[in-house]
Amino acid sequence: MIEEKRIVLRNADLINPEKIEDYLQAGGYQGLVKARSMSRPDLIAEIKKSNLRGRGGAAFNCGLKWSFVPADAQVSYVVCNFDEGEPGTYKDRIIVQKDPQLLLEGMAICGHAVNSKQGYIYCRGEYPYVVELLNLAIDQARGKGILGDFNIEVRMGGGAYVCGEETALIESIEGHRGEPRFKPPFPGVAGLWAQPTVVNNVETFSNLPSIVLNGAEWFAAIGAPNYPGTKVLTLTGDVANRVSIEVPTTATLREVIYDFGGGIKEGKKFKAVQVGGTSGGFIPESMLDTPIDFDSMRSIGATLGTGAVFVMDETRDIVDITTRIAKFFEHESCGKCNPCREGTFRAYEIMRKINKGQASVQDIENLTLLSQVMEKACLCGLGQAAPSPILTTLKHFYPEYQARLQIQ
Amino acid sequence: MATIQDIILSFRDKPGGIIEAYHAVQKAYNYLPEETIAVAAETFGVSEAQAFGVATFYSYLSVAKRGKYVIRMCESAPCHIAGAEALIKAFETALRIKAGETTADGKFTLELTECVGQCQGTPVITINSVPYVNMNPEQVPAVLALCQ
Repeated sequence: MIEEKRIVLRNADLINPEKIEDYLQAGGYQGLVKARSMSRPDLIAEIKKSNLRGRGGAAFNCGLKWSFVPADAQVSYVVCNFDEGEPGTYKDRIIVQKDPQLLLEGMAICGHAVNSKQGYIYCRGEYPYVVELLNLAIDQARGKGILGDFNIEVRMGGGAYVCGEETALIESIEGHRGEPRFKPPFPGVAGLWAQPTVVNNVETFSNLPSIVLNGAEWFAAIGAPNYPGTKVLTLTGDVANRVSIEVPTTATLREVIYDFGGGIKEGKKFKAVQVGGTSGGFIPESMLDTPIDFDSMRSIGATLGTGAVFVMDETRDIVDITTRIAKFFEHESCGKCNPCREGTFRAYEIMRKINKGQASVQDIENLTLLSQVMEKACLCGLGQAAPSPILTTLKHFYPEYQARLQIQ
Repeated sequence: MATIQDIILSFRDKPGGIIEAYHAVQKAYNYLPEETIAVAAETFGVSEAQAFGVATFYSYLSVAKRGKYVIRMCESAPCHIAGAEALIKAFETALRIKAGETTADGKFTLELTECVGQCQGTPVITINSVPYVNMNPEQVPAVLALCQ
């Protein structure tokens, strides 16, 4: 049986998150001290070498992302994406609630690497109680002078899923409607207030103190070589234990669901798991031995995404759940680009028709074509990923759709 | 209670602070009264149309009057399979309003929402942003009784 490996949750339940003294006692901020003794290019090279990839969903090499910030930039920003809005996901909340100083340390390390004096944490509007904890943590760090001339400010979102997209998030910090921007330019070149900006997820930042302290080789040797380290996963749905865990990225879905989740509750049988949030693909039983790392998940047409693990038992109605998910995207589409605004609307319309037993094979064909167009034509990840649950359920659970079609 | 003008002006020097100002007004008034938009537009140097556009983009901000207690019921997929629909019906029955409405006495507003990030305890509701997890329809009267 695979064991938990704790990097970002190493202090969880062992220290009082409201006391910076506890964090310092546990070795906190030693990573920052070491980072500040390094030159900026050396620090960026070290993070790049560790092969830490973004824990927010896109899995971009973290050090590489930092290297896009011009070395001579006069002003640059460090932004933490704490807008976890993927249904089924609560890992960033757990990380911050258990150990808020770890995030601040990670952001300050990044601040040193890209010569930034100002950081922002964009926290989702659903977590006002976490905003309070973060503000307390920032006050304590400031009181001890630990962050030096690096400032961190918390901004609260307003319940818009699209703001998890980094350019929409930047728009929101600037005080605008959270609509994604056209890329390029990428935020590393022109982000917040048109200045070079690094946007990383809570979990990504929280990995940094350990990586700096223990070295790139230490991190690169943990888990899968292509996506090293650990991943915090949140289990939800019909699993016996709805828990959050941190495991090496070599763990398989079966190990996650059965060893940590305790299998399916009430002795029922497994039907499907959706990984990575509501934009993730549905995975059937036959693929459960896939490791959770980003590339392995990609190879089966799924995504690691945020690390949400939504388990469904044998009694669950796949078509009904997919219809509910289609409603989510119709609601959360920001409306800026036509393929998403119109596409999510029509996808939900057709899914509703199927769910009510009023659809024909032609509707399924239209839905498939629409999904393929959206994957290619939508402006941002929201619209591009929205068809994934539809396409993967059509692929792996077609008999459930078929049973709902009108007899020709 | 601080005036809307005072609240918004205190965010004047914060770059992009209009959303923070809206959050602060809503914290005091439970929604964004009409004058909020005009004051915010002037303070942050944008048109009223833009200020209104921002206020109506975010589902947590409301330009319509709401009850003292805003009950939000998650209907995302994990809550959906855990019985969110029955829970929504139980609240609608108990309060004699539909989702999206406010009770005549101005005490409760019922809203549907997407994931609130408490998926270890589905189905979830929040009352003025405080989460209540593992809800079932039988608990509805007791939860409503907490709102005094």
